[in-house]
Amino acid sequence: MTPAAVVPAGVFVAAEEPLVRWDWVRDHMDDVWQRTVEHVQLTVYSLVIGFVVAGLLSVVAIKFRRTYGPITWVTGILYTIPSLALIAPLAKWLGFGNAPVVIALVTYTLLILIRNNVAAFDGVPPEVRDAATGMGYTPLRRVLQVELPLALPVIIAGLRIASVTVIGLVTIGALVGAGGYGAFIDDGLNRFFPTAVIVGTTLSVLLAIVVDLGFVLLERLLTPWRRSLRSTARRDSTRLDPSAEGAR
Amino acid sequence: MSALVDLWSFFTTAENWTGNRGIWSRTVAHVWISFVACVLAFAIAMPVAVVLAHRRLLPVISVAVANIGRAIPSFAIIALVLPLSIRYGFGLGFWPTMVALVALGIPPIFTNTYTGIAGAPPELVEAATGIGMTGGEVLRLVELPVALPLVLAGFRVAAVQIVATATLGALVGYQCLGSFILEGIAAPRVSGDRLLAGAFLVALLAVAVEIVLSRLEPRLVPWRFRAR
Repeated sequence: MTPAAVVPAGVFVAAEEPLVRWDWVRDHMDDVWQRTVEHVQLTVYSLVIGFVVAGLLSVVAIKFRRTYGPITWVTGILYTIPSLALIAPLAKWLGFGNAPVVIALVTYTLLILIRNNVAAFDGVPPEVRDAATGMGYTPLRRVLQVELPLALPVIIAGLRIASVTVIGLVTIGALVGAGGYGAFIDDGLNRFFPTAVIVGTTLSVLLAIVVDLGFVLLERLLTPWRRSLRSTARRDSTRLDPSAEGAR
Repeated sequence: MSALVDLWSFFTTAENWTGNRGIWSRTVAHVWISFVACVLAFAIAMPVAVVLAHRRLLPVISVAVANIGRAIPSFAIIALVLPLSIRYGFGLGFWPTMVALVALGIPPIFTNTYTGIAGAPPELVEAATGIGMTGGEVLRLVELPVALPLVLAGFRVAAVQIVATATLGALVGYQCLGSFILEGIAAPRVSGDRLLAGAFLVALLAVAVEIVLSRLEPRLVPWRFRAR
């Protein structure tokens, strides 16, 4: 046990405490691994469920254009609700642990994913769609084999934003007993131990970067025909890239 | 149903409203810290973005700022700043929360201002230069008006996120609406109603800010320029 942990008056400890105690990090590699597994699990559950639900709602919104407004309105309200204000009541009803965190995070992915999915299919040039129909594609085959590949970059752009958002918010889950890197941050906060906070934060940001790069790689693998067009494609995607937030 | 009963009994108990830990005082504190954070974030992000975008400098950084901002959890910033704040005499509560909120508000304001100004149609900027406007005039009379809708949208996103995240100030002892939630988490059996009431109030406040600001935006852009 480190000396810091046995001195009760945390405020005084903070005055001499170094920012990172490397020996603590070395001694807690098992914890780091366990928290990583938990963080990744929570992220994957939330993204997969969110992607499926958002996919269904996107299909509804694209098929029945009139529902797009109400769907984004409702998911927009859900997106506005503060994470703790959603996770805490869910934890009260469902018990502490993973379930309330995953449910809350799924609701946050919906708006991001639906907006991008719909924009992705809207971005398919009508002449391409007409050409496919003219060549005798059935509607389902046209969607799967012609429109979906063309829509992929923008769909993946949505997944990138959603994954980075989710990975950051998973940390809040520690407050209701879900694991993940937030447990380090919570622990460090409670006993004025900066090392744990920095370890938790750094790992969380690293995970976000790694997952983001993973999606970039996935996009390149899935859209090989864009490799030659990469420079024009980039100019094209800035128009659809929702990096300007809240633009309506 | 019991949730509604809990909420009702919480809101109809007079002593829950008064005192420095009551609904009124915590709501005021919540709104106050959010307001100051919005003003600071705007004052920091907007001028820098305007100057950089007007000169079309560092476009890559403008995207990176937004992405990194999204990746760093506010929870982590609060926890990181707390020991420093105590060490340098800024104390618990207000300042650690403020740093996290300002850091949260900067990326959307910065990105949107940058995108709005740098994205002004080149033919407009050329025409303005062509009729003899100076750089400052182009900025003031062409680029800023064109960018305004996006700047306001960025401010709205920042404001809503800040109001939502001020909730976490309760973790470091700032008496805001999040304090009800934490009291509820700490003792779910005795004060489950506090948890629900706090969550309800925070959600209501965030949604209200979103609705008010999005209603206000079109009124602030009388020329209804459609940049995109």
